[in-house]
Amino acid sequence: MVTKQIGKPQNRVDGRDKVTGRARYAAEFSATDLAYGVVVSSAIAKGKIKEMDTSEALRVEGVLDIFTSENRPKLASYDSSFQDEDAPPGSPFRPLFNRDILFNMQPIALVVAETYELARYAASLVKVEYETEEHVTNFEAERTNAYEPEEYKSTPPPDPWGKPETALKEAEHRISEVYSHPSQHHNPMEMHASTAIWEGDGRITVYDKIQGVLNSQEYIMGVFGLAKEDVRVLSPFVGGAFGSGLRPQYQLFMAVMATLELKRSVRVVLTRPQMFSFGHRPKTVQQLSLGASADGTLEAVVHHAFAETSRFEDYSEDVIIWPGVLYKCENVKLSHKLVGLDVYTPLDMRAPGGTTGIFALECAIDELSYKVGMDPVEFRLKNYSVKDQNVNKPFSSKELQECYRQGAELFGWKNRNPQPRSMREGHNLIGWGVANGAWEATQKPSGAKAVLTKEGKLTVSSATADIGTGTYTIMSQIAAECMGLPIENVEFKLGDSSLPQSPLEGGSWTASTVGSAVKLVCEKLGEKLLELAQESDDSPFKEVSIEEVEFTDGQMRLKEDTSVAIPLTQLLKENQKDSVQVEAESKPADEQENYSPYSHSVVFVEVNVDEDLGTIKVTRVVSAVAGGRILNPKTAWSQILGGVVWGIGMALEEYSVMDHQYGRFINHDLAEYHVPVNADVHDVEVIFVDEEDQIVNPLGVKGLGEIGIVSVAPAIANAVYHATGKRVRDLPITLDKVM
Amino acid sequence: MKPFTYTRADDITSAVSEVSQQEGAKVIAGGTNLLDLMKIDVMQPRHLIDITRLALNTIEETAQGGLLLGALVTNADTAYHEQVEQRYPLLSHAILAGATAQLRNKATDGGNLLQRTRCYYFYDTHTACNKREPGTGCSAIHGYNRIHAILGHSEHCIATHPSDMAVALAALEARIHVTGPRGERTIPIADFHRLPGDTPEKDTNLADDEIITSIELPSKGFAQHYTYLKNRDRASYAFALVSVAAGLDMEGDTIQEARIALGGVAHKPWRNPEAEALLIGKRASRENFQPVADAYVQKAKGFEHNSFKIELACRSIVRALMQAAKIDQ
Ligand SMILES: Cc1cc2nc3c(=O)[nH]c(=O)nc-3n(C[C@H](O)[C@H](O)[C@H](O)COP(=O)(O)OP(=O)(O)OC[C@H]3O[C@@H](n4cnc5c(N)ncnc54)[C@H](O)[C@@H]3O)c2cc1C
Ligand code: SF4
Repeated sequence: MVTKQIGKPQNRVDGRDKVTGRARYAAEFSATDLAYGVVVSSAIAKGKIKEMDTSEALRVEGVLDIFTSENRPKLASYDSSFQDEDAPPGSPFRPLFNRDILFNMQPIALVVAETYELARYAASLVKVEYETEEHVTNFEAERTNAYEPEEYKSTPPPDPWGKPETALKEAEHRISEVYSHPSQHHNPMEMHASTAIWEGDGRITVYDKIQGVLNSQEYIMGVFGLAKEDVRVLSPFVGGAFGSGLRPQYQLFMAVMATLELKRSVRVVLTRPQMFSFGHRPKTVQQLSLGASADGTLEAVVHHAFAETSRFEDYSEDVIIWPGVLYKCENVKLSHKLVGLDVYTPLDMRAPGGTTGIFALECAIDELSYKVGMDPVEFRLKNYSVKDQNVNKPFSSKELQECYRQGAELFGWKNRNPQPRSMREGHNLIGWGVANGAWEATQKPSGAKAVLTKEGKLTVSSATADIGTGTYTIMSQIAAECMGLPIENVEFKLGDSSLPQSPLEGGSWTASTVGSAVKLVCEKLGEKLLELAQESDDSPFKEVSIEEVEFTDGQMRLKEDTSVAIPLTQLLKENQKDSVQVEAESKPADEQENYSPYSHSVVFVEVNVDEDLGTIKVTRVVSAVAGGRILNPKTAWSQILGGVVWGIGMALEEYSVMDHQYGRFINHDLAEYHVPVNADVHDVEVIFVDEEDQIVNPLGVKGLGEIGIVSVAPAIANAVYHATGKRVRDLPITLDKVM
Repeated sequence: MKPFTYTRADDITSAVSEVSQQEGAKVIAGGTNLLDLMKIDVMQPRHLIDITRLALNTIEETAQGGLLLGALVTNADTAYHEQVEQRYPLLSHAILAGATAQLRNKATDGGNLLQRTRCYYFYDTHTACNKREPGTGCSAIHGYNRIHAILGHSEHCIATHPSDMAVALAALEARIHVTGPRGERTIPIADFHRLPGDTPEKDTNLADDEIITSIELPSKGFAQHYTYLKNRDRASYAFALVSVAAGLDMEGDTIQEARIALGGVAHKPWRNPEAEALLIGKRASRENFQPVADAYVQKAKGFEHNSFKIELACRSIVRALMQAAKIDQ
C-alpha cells in the first residue's frame, strides 16, 4: 500500500494548538525582564513636530524611557537600509527619523514602561505641538496630478497592441464607464505585534508578526547595523495578515530599538486604530472602454487605472494586466497612473491589483454582454483566450471552460431569465450574476532541510510562514507522502530565521515554492538513505538506482519486488546513525519561461435585494476553481471560502473613510469598519475542477490564497444589476446606492 | 486610560451617596460601553462604583399590569424573559437586533439607555467634538456623517443615539425610575434622552448624581401587531442607519392606536404623536401609511452623506407598519 497523503482532506496539524491556545503569537511570548512599549501617533497628516513635551509622562512611576526623533539612537540613514523585500520604489518611511510628519497617525514616540497600562497612560500625557502644513488626501482633487512612476513595483503597463482607438470607434457596441473602490484596510484579527527579547551581549530574539521572518531579520540588520548572528526572528503563528505582514511594520522597529537601548526585552502591540496607520489596499479609479462587434467579438479594450500611493513611495499593483490574461482581443491599450497623497504607502492586500482590476473588467464585460444581447457566460466563452496576450505566451494550463461547465450546472445558470428585475420573491428582487478571474501561479526559489531520526521521525523545515493558510499541514502532507511515513511522524517547522531561506508568504506562491523545496529535499533524503543502504556489501539495494526504489509504510523497498524492503528506522540503526540530514534549494525550471502560469475561477452569485430598502443579501455563491493539483481539499476549501467572504465584504461593506478635514481615516475600529459577519454569509459551494499541469512546478499546484477572492465582487455587482437594473460602479454597494 | 479608583456598592443608598459625593464618579454596570470609552480616553472618570451587586436584577409584574425591569437585568435575560417575549415582543426583537450575543449577555438595561453615541469623531480624541469636549466644534457636520441625525440636530451636534432597546421603549412609552440624593423620581422615556441643542455633552436628563433603578413597561404591549425593523450596513453587529419600532392596536383592519418610534435618525428615539394620530380610526393600508411616513420626515434635514436616510426612514415606516398590520399591499 502506498501512503497517500497528497490530496487527502487532512485536518490542520496545528488545529489543536490553535483552538487550545497553545499556539503562541508574537505578543504572547514573554521574558522575565519584559517591558511594554506604547506608540504615540501623530494627530496631523502633514507638517512638523514643533515641540514634544514628555516631562509629565516621564514622571509617571514605572515609565522607563520615551523615545522620540530627538533622542532616538543613531540609525542607518540610507534608504537602502530601510528597504525591505516588499518595498516599492522610493524612500521608505523611517520611524522617529526626524520631526517631519508624512501621514496621519504616524508613529512619533514610543513610551516604554513596566506595564502596558502604565505605558498607555503615560503615552496619553505626551504633549505635542505641531507646525501644520496643508495636507492633500482628496484623491479626486489630486487626480489631475496623476503620474506614471519612473519605476513600477508591478508589471509595467504592456505596450498597446492593434489599433485600440480606431477599433473602439468602429465597434458596433461600446461601453465606457468608471469603476472605483475606496481604500480598504486588512484588519487581521491579530494586531501587529513584536516582542524583542534581550539575550545579552547585543543579541536579540524577536517574535514578530510577519509573513516572512527573513524580511524582518534583514530589516533589523540594515536599520540597526546588527550582524546576522545577533538577530533571530521567529514567527511560528500569525493571526491573519492578508498582506499586511509582508513589510516589517513600525512596531518591529520600535520594539527592537527600545530593546537595544534599554538592554531589556520589550513588547510593542499596535492598537486597532493604529492598524489604520499603515498599508492598505489603495483607492483605485478605473476608466474602462470596451467595444464589441455585432456577433459579440471583443474588438477593443482601453483600460486606464488611477491608484493612490504615498508621497514617499511609488506603490503599484497589477491592475491592468487582466484584459490581456482573461480575454482574446486584438486591440488593447493600457495605462496605470499614480495619485500621490499624504498617506502611508499602500500595501498588498489579498490578490493586490487582481481584485481591483478584475472587478472593473468583469463589470464592464457584463455591461457589454448586455449591449450585445448575449448571455454573460456565453459572451465570456466566446472571447475566451488561450494565451496571455500581455507577454504572448500560452498558459501552462487553463481549465476555465470546465469551471464554467461545472459551476453553471451546480448553480442552475441555464434557468436564468436575462432580463433585469425579472425575478422576485415578495419585496425581494432576485439577481444572478457571474464573473471570472485569474491569479498568478508562480514558483520562487526556496530552501528546505530534512532530518530523519532513527526513531523514524522526520522534521522538514524552511523559513516560510503560515498566515493561517495551512502551510504547516500541506508541507507535512507532502513530506509524509514523499517519504512514505504516517503524517504523525512528520513535523514541519517554519517561521524561524535560522531555517533555510524561503521567500515571503504571499502571491499565492507558498504551496508551489516551499512545496517544491520540500519535495526536492525529501528526494535528496531518499537518495541519501539509498546510499546509506548501499554502504554494506550484502545489501539487496547494492546495485539499484533511486528510480527503482520507493518509500512507503515507513520502509524503503524495491518497486519491482516489494518484499525487498527495509524499515527506515532499521536502516539508520544498522548504520549506527542517530539521524540523517539533507538540505536542498529548489528553483523554478527554465521551461516555465515559455509559459504563462495562472489559476482561474468562475463565480456565480445570487443576491436578494429589498426593493424598497435597498438591503442586499448574498444568498448563494458557487465558486469553481481551476487551481492545479489540490494538495488538501479541506484547507483548499477554506481558502476559497475565505475569499468568497472577503469578496462579499469588498462588494458590500469595506470602506476606510478618509476625513479630509484631518487627512485621517476616521472609522478606525471594527464597529465602524465593516467586514462580513456570519449573518452575511449564506450558501457557499466550492468546486475544484481537475487540472493537470506539468509545467507550473514539480507538484503541479497553483496556490489558492488569492484566486478565491478575485471574481466575487464583480459577480455580486453583476447580480445586483440583474436584480435591480441598476449598475453600481463604485464600491461598496451600500443600500443607499440601490434603494 | 487614566488612573481611577474603584469600589463596589452593596446597596442603592451607598451607591447614590458615593456618586454624589465623589468627584468625577461614574457607576459601572456591564462595562461594555464605559470601559471601551475609558480605554481611549473619551471618558475619564476618576472613580468607578460597581453597581452589579445591587438587587436590581429582577423582572417583576407591576400593580398596573405592566412589568418592571431591574436596571441590572442583562439585555439577554430581558429579551428571552417569558413575559417580555409574550407581552412585549417588540422589546425582545429590538434588543436582539442589537450588538451580539456576547455583548447582550453582559450589557444591562440601564447601561443600554446610557450608552454614548457612535459618532466617529466622538471616538477620536484628535478631532473636534462638542459632545466630548464642549466648545471645540463639531467635526461631523462637514465631515463624514453617514450615521448621523436627520431630525432634531443642532449646529453643535448631529449625533444619533445608538440604542435599539430605547427605540422600542419609546414606542412602548416606558418610564424610567431613578434614584438620587434628592430621592426617587420617574422620567417618561420621551423626556429621558435630550436633543443636542447647545449642550450636546448632555445625552439625557438624568442628573450626574442619579442612578437608574428600573424601567417600567405599561400594560399595553402591542403583542399582536408590532415590528422592529432595523436597516444597517450588514446583517448583524452593526448599529441602525434607520430603525423603526412600530406597534398597532387594531380592531379588525381598523387602527385604534399607533405607536411609531424611529432609531438612528436623531439624538433620541424619535416619536411624532401628531403623525401617529393620523392613523386612528383608519384602515391599515399602504395608502394610509404613506402620509404618516411623510409627516415623520417632513422636517428632516440631511447632510452630505446621510440624506438618503430621509427616504429610507419614510420607506421603512411604511414597511414596518405593513409588517405590523400583517398586510402585503
Ligand atoms: C461593538 C458593539 C456593538 C454594539 N451594537 C449595538 C447595537 O447594535 N444596538 C444597541 O442597542 N447597542 C449596541 N451596543 C451597545 C450595548 O448595547 C451597550 O454597550 C450596553 O447596552 C451598555 O450596557 P452596560 O451595562 O455594559 O453599560 P456600561 O458600559 O456599564 O455603562 C454605560 C453607561 O451607563 C452608565 N450606567 C450604567 N448603568 C447605570 C445605572 N443603573 N444608572 C446610572 N447609570 C448607569 C455608566 O456610568 C456608563 O456611563 C454595542 C456595543 C458594542 C461594544
Ligand atoms: S456630531 Fe456630536 S458627537 Fe459627533 S462630532 Fe459633532 S458634536 Fe461630536
